[in-house]
Amino acid sequence: MKTNYKKFQEKFIEGLLMLSGTVTSLTVLLIVVFLFSEGLGVFNKKPIDDDFNLTIHAENRISKLSPSQVKNIFDQKIKNWKEVGGKDEKIILFKIDDISDFYTDDQLGKDFKNLSWCINDYIVKHRGVIAFFSKKYISKNFKGKILDVDKIKVSEFLSGDEWFPTARPVAQMGVKPLILGTLWVSLGAILIALPLGLAAAIYLSEIANSRIRNILKPLIELLAGIPSVVYGFFGLVIIVPLIQQLFNLPVGETALAGSVVLGIMALPTIITISEDAMRNTPRAMKEASLALGASKWQTIYKVVIPHSASGITAGAILGIGRAIGETMAVLMVTGNAAIIPTTLLEPVRTIPATIAAELGEAPNGGVHYQALFALGCILFIITLVINLLVEFVTKRKTLSKH
Amino acid sequence: MHKIESKNVNFYYGTNQALKDISLSIEKNTVTALIGPSGCGKSTYLRLFNRMNDLIDNTKLEGQILIDGVDIYAKSTNVDTLRKNVGMVFQKPNPFPKTIFENVAYGLRVNGVTDKKFIEERVINSIQQVALWDEVKDKLKKSAFELSGGQQQRLCIARALAIQPSVILMDEPTSALDPISTAKIEELVYELKDKYTIVIVTHNMQQAGRISDTTGFFYMGELIEFDQTKNIFTNPKEERTQNYITGRFG
Repeated sequence: MKTNYKKFQEKFIEGLLMLSGTVTSLTVLLIVVFLFSEGLGVFNKKPIDDDFNLTIHAENRISKLSPSQVKNIFDQKIKNWKEVGGKDEKIILFKIDDISDFYTDDQLGKDFKNLSWCINDYIVKHRGVIAFFSKKYISKNFKGKILDVDKIKVSEFLSGDEWFPTARPVAQMGVKPLILGTLWVSLGAILIALPLGLAAAIYLSEIANSRIRNILKPLIELLAGIPSVVYGFFGLVIIVPLIQQLFNLPVGETALAGSVVLGIMALPTIITISEDAMRNTPRAMKEASLALGASKWQTIYKVVIPHSASGITAGAILGIGRAIGETMAVLMVTGNAAIIPTTLLEPVRTIPATIAAELGEAPNGGVHYQALFALGCILFIITLVINLLVEFVTKRKTLSKH
Repeated sequence: MHKIESKNVNFYYGTNQALKDISLSIEKNTVTALIGPSGCGKSTYLRLFNRMNDLIDNTKLEGQILIDGVDIYAKSTNVDTLRKNVGMVFQKPNPFPKTIFENVAYGLRVNGVTDKKFIEERVINSIQQVALWDEVKDKLKKSAFELSGGQQQRLCIARALAIQPSVILMDEPTSALDPISTAKIEELVYELKDKYTIVIVTHNMQQAGRISDTTGFFYMGELIEFDQTKNIFTNPKEERTQNYITGRFG
C-alpha cells in the first residue's frame, strides 16, 4: 500500500514537471507563430487607408501604381504621367481641401451637399488629374477611374529609406532607418562596453584580492538589476545634456547617448560572463606560466585571455543581444527620428523603441499595426542569430579542449 | 656555500601552521627527495623555493630561504627573475594549449628573447635533453595535447630546461604516469643532476631511494629527519622515519 502510494506520488510529480515543460515550450511556440502570422500579414496589404481612394481621369492608361510612385507624385517629384508609363500629360494634383478654389459656395451647396458632384466634375474636366479623397464622396455616376495601389513588397519594406507609417495618401514602410538605427546604437554600445567590461573582468579575476572582489562583484551584479527605465532617466538627465554640451549640438538626444546608456547596461553581462571564463582558467596553466618567469601581465594576456576567449566572445555577443532588444532606455535618450544616421551624433530611432512608441496609436489589424509586428519579426530574427552565434562559439570551445 | 638554505622556516595558511621551524641545506648538483604522508607539508615547502605560494591569499612566512646565498623573500628580489632561475615541474603534466614547439619556446619568449635562430636551437636542445626528440621531431607544429601523459611531462621538463635554470623543483612529477614513463623520468632526473640542483617531492619511497642523494622526511609540518638517502633508508635515526619507510603508516 505504502509503496503504491509512493509510486503514485512520483508519477504525479513527474507528470507535473512534464506538463510545465510542455506548457512553456508551447507558449514560446505560440508567441513566435503569433508574431510571424501578424507580421507577415503586412505584405498582403495595400499601404492605403481602406476608406480612401486614389482616382484618375477615365482615359488615363495607368491603372496601378507602386506606393513609392504615389508618394513621389504627391511630393511633386514626378510631374508627368509618362514618367510612370502613361501618356505625355502633366500631372494635376487634386486635394479635397482645395475644392473651394474651383467651385463657388453655391455650386458646392449647403453643407457641401454637392461635393461628390463637384469632385466628379473636376476629374472629368482634367485629363492629368490624380485625386485622393474619402470613398463616401464617390457618387453613383462617377466618371473617373479608381487607381489601384501595389501591395507592400518585402524588398521595399526592407530597403525603403522612409518610415512614415501614417503618411497620406500612402504609408511609407521602409524599415532601413530603423534597422540601421538599432545597429548603430548597438555597435556604439559594444565599442564602449567591451573594452571597459574586459578591463573590469581582468581586474576582478586576476588582480583584485578577494576582499575587493567580494565588494565589487555584487555591486556589478546589482547593475544588472536596475530597471531599464531608471537607466533611461539617468541618461536623459545626465548623459544627454553632457553630450549636447560636449559636442555643441542642437539636441543631445543622439545615437551616442543611446550607446552610452546601453553600454552601461551591457556591462554586467560582459563582466560576469568573461570573469567567469577567466576564473575557469586552470590554475595549473597559470602556475606553469608564472613558474617559467612570466610576469603576471604576460600570464594574463598569453594564457588567461586566450583560454577564456570563447567566454569573452559569448559575453560580448550576449551584451549586444541585450543592447539590441532594449526598449525603454533607448526610447528615452535617442531622439527617435527615423532617419538614416550618418554619425553617432544624430538622433536615431531603433526597432524596439518604434514598436513601443507606435503600437498604442496604430489601429488594430491595420497596415501600420502589422508593419510593427513585422518589425518585431526582424528583431526576433536578429536576436535569434545572436543566440545561435553564442551557441556556436561556446560549442567550439568544448570541442577544442579535447 | 650551500645551493639552497632554509633557516627556521614557519609557514601559515591563515591561522593554520603548515610548516614548523624547518632548517636544512641542499648542495649543488644533488637530487634531494622530500617524502612523507599526504598533507605533511612537503609540497608547500617545495613551492616556497620559487615563491609559488605567493599566489595564495592570506599566507605568511617566517624565517629565511637563501638560494646562492641570497634571501629570495627579501624586498629587493624580483620574483620573475627568481622563477627563471628556479624552474618547476608539476604533479600533472600541464602543457599550454599550443604547439609542442611553442610550449618549449614560451619561457624564452616571455623573457624577451626574439632571436628566432636562438629560440629554435634552444628548443631543440631542450627537447633532446629530455630524450623526447625522436618522438616529436616530426610533429613540432602539432598540439602538445596530442602527446601521451608521459611525453607531456617530459615536454614540461624540457619547457623548464629551456630557460636554463640552476634549480629544478619537481612536485610528484610521476604520480600521474605509468611505470614505463616513470622509469624514463627517473632516468632523466639522474642525468640532469650533472647540470642542475634538483628537489623532488614524491610519494613513492622506492623512487626516492633510487634517484636521490639526500632525503628529507616530513611529518605533520615538521622535518623529522634529513640525511643521506642511504642512511635514511638503511639506518634511520628516528622511529617515525623507520615506521614510514617500512610502510607501517603513511
